[in-house]
Amino acid sequence: MTTTTVVRAGRGPAHVARTGWARGVLEVREFFRQRESVVFTLAFPVIFLLIFGSILNFPIQGGLKFTQYFAPGIMAVGLFGASFQNLAIQIAVERDKGILKRLEGTPMPPAAYFVGKVLMVLVMVVLEIVILLAISVALGKVSLPTDWHRWVTLLWVTVLGVAAGSILGIAFSSVARTGKSAPAVVTPVALILQFISGVYFVFTGFPKPLQYIGAFFPLKWIAQGYRSVFLPGSYAPYEAGGGWEHGRTALVLGAWAVVGLVLAVRTFRWRNGRDA
Amino acid sequence: MTAEPAIRVRGLRKTYGHHVAVEGLDLEVHRGECFALLGPNGAGKTTTVEILEGYRPRSAGEVSVLGLDPAHPTRDWRARVGIVLQSIGEFEALTVREVVSHFARYYPAPRDPDEVIVSVGLAAKATARTGNLSGGQRRRLDVALGMIGRPELLFLDEPTTGFDPEARQEFWELIRGLSAEGTTILLTTHYLYEAEALAHRVGVIAAGRMLEVATPATLGGRADAATLVSWDGPDGRESTATDTPTAEVAKLAARFGGEVPGLTVARPTLEDIYLAMISKESQ
Repeated sequence: MTTTTVVRAGRGPAHVARTGWARGVLEVREFFRQRESVVFTLAFPVIFLLIFGSILNFPIQGGLKFTQYFAPGIMAVGLFGASFQNLAIQIAVERDKGILKRLEGTPMPPAAYFVGKVLMVLVMVVLEIVILLAISVALGKVSLPTDWHRWVTLLWVTVLGVAAGSILGIAFSSVARTGKSAPAVVTPVALILQFISGVYFVFTGFPKPLQYIGAFFPLKWIAQGYRSVFLPGSYAPYEAGGGWEHGRTALVLGAWAVVGLVLAVRTFRWRNGRDA
Repeated sequence: MTAEPAIRVRGLRKTYGHHVAVEGLDLEVHRGECFALLGPNGAGKTTTVEILEGYRPRSAGEVSVLGLDPAHPTRDWRARVGIVLQSIGEFEALTVREVVSHFARYYPAPRDPDEVIVSVGLAAKATARTGNLSGGQRRRLDVALGMIGRPELLFLDEPTTGFDPEARQEFWELIRGLSAEGTTILLTTHYLYEAEALAHRVGVIAAGRMLEVATPATLGGRADAATLVSWDGPDGRESTATDTPTAEVAKLAARFGGEVPGLTVARPTLEDIYLAMISKESQ
């Protein structure tokens, strides 16, 4: 005889937060046990910083060296790699392997899956920025800010950057049809963005049309936001907008987060194939 | 028993463009029953089961699973249903205990993760990474994740594919245990002896239709099917199909004056019956 007890799945924001936290802990653990993903995601910007940071030591405007300009830019690349690239590839792979299908078959609140992913991204981004910053400071490229509002800028640019990058990564994960093709679909997008966002070159050195295209995407604004944290105020007039443009940075990153959210909600699928 | 069956399907139809995967299928699974769906590849077993699991929409028909239409699954309903899908990805870098304990968190009244790990026979592998498990061990982990939430209804889609005979026996014991505790089980399988070993009733699907539903002992008129009596006669092997095998053997014994050389008496196996049904359908 079956007893008819009313079983109700956990619900409410507290349950989502608890389950999302548990997923985040699991995701971080899983990530750090996969050596190739640690290397691919975390070490890439470090290697670039070490290579370009030592050879591209030519002077730029404002009495700076390019390596000083490059250090905040590669931090932005690190953030975008750990959020956008990482999630767009990882979620496509998990979908292909049927891991999402398995989760879909449980009473897990769907939001918990995304909370867990963003927590994992946050841990990686903080770690990545600490490593890149430590190397940059040790090599004398940049120095740690001394006034508090530069730290506040670092914080909000990072938070908005992670939000925009993660949400866009979740949305973009649906573009690749299979897990195998995901890196081939995602990596070129990230590389092109890096080139047109003023990471490997001074942004204002681009032809104007290319600047407009670059300024449309979030990476340019994350890089510019980080430059405002680590470069002296004397460089601000040489930025494309003639200043650090904090308001516009927040607006563009916030707008991409909202657009990404709408796209992600409309296009996210738990399975590939028919009836997805 | 409550009147409402665990699963009730009427006239289920599923099409993909012009291809008809399921064509007017009826099915009823009682609460506490272990029901096996048999059928060749492409018969519509997995399509049917995935509709019942809430994964796929249907084209037509009525479906009720634990009183709910699985086309609109709720999380409360998911908490009452356990699913073991066909081949599916694992969390390779995590250990067995990490994965099972984590999945327990999704459910309102889960089983104890360590007890589940023991009952699926993975106690020795509790701290092993799932990526290092053998195929059979992974399948046990799948079952552990299917049963961790203490489901009222458990779907098992070809659960023992790739098992060696010993692992299969142990697995059957596990499923019998769940069944004895009152879990309703819907099993799909290629192995007829598996259906015979586990199921109270079996249904045979071919070309998207249910050909017959019966107990394993009576499927296809097996209980009163003709028995084949064979022996070595003076001019070679002889045999006769009969409804009265005992009388036939007595007659032979009298004719040979004692032992009948090379005597065999064989009732058709479930497999014989099944193959006959399937081949009749495909003609």
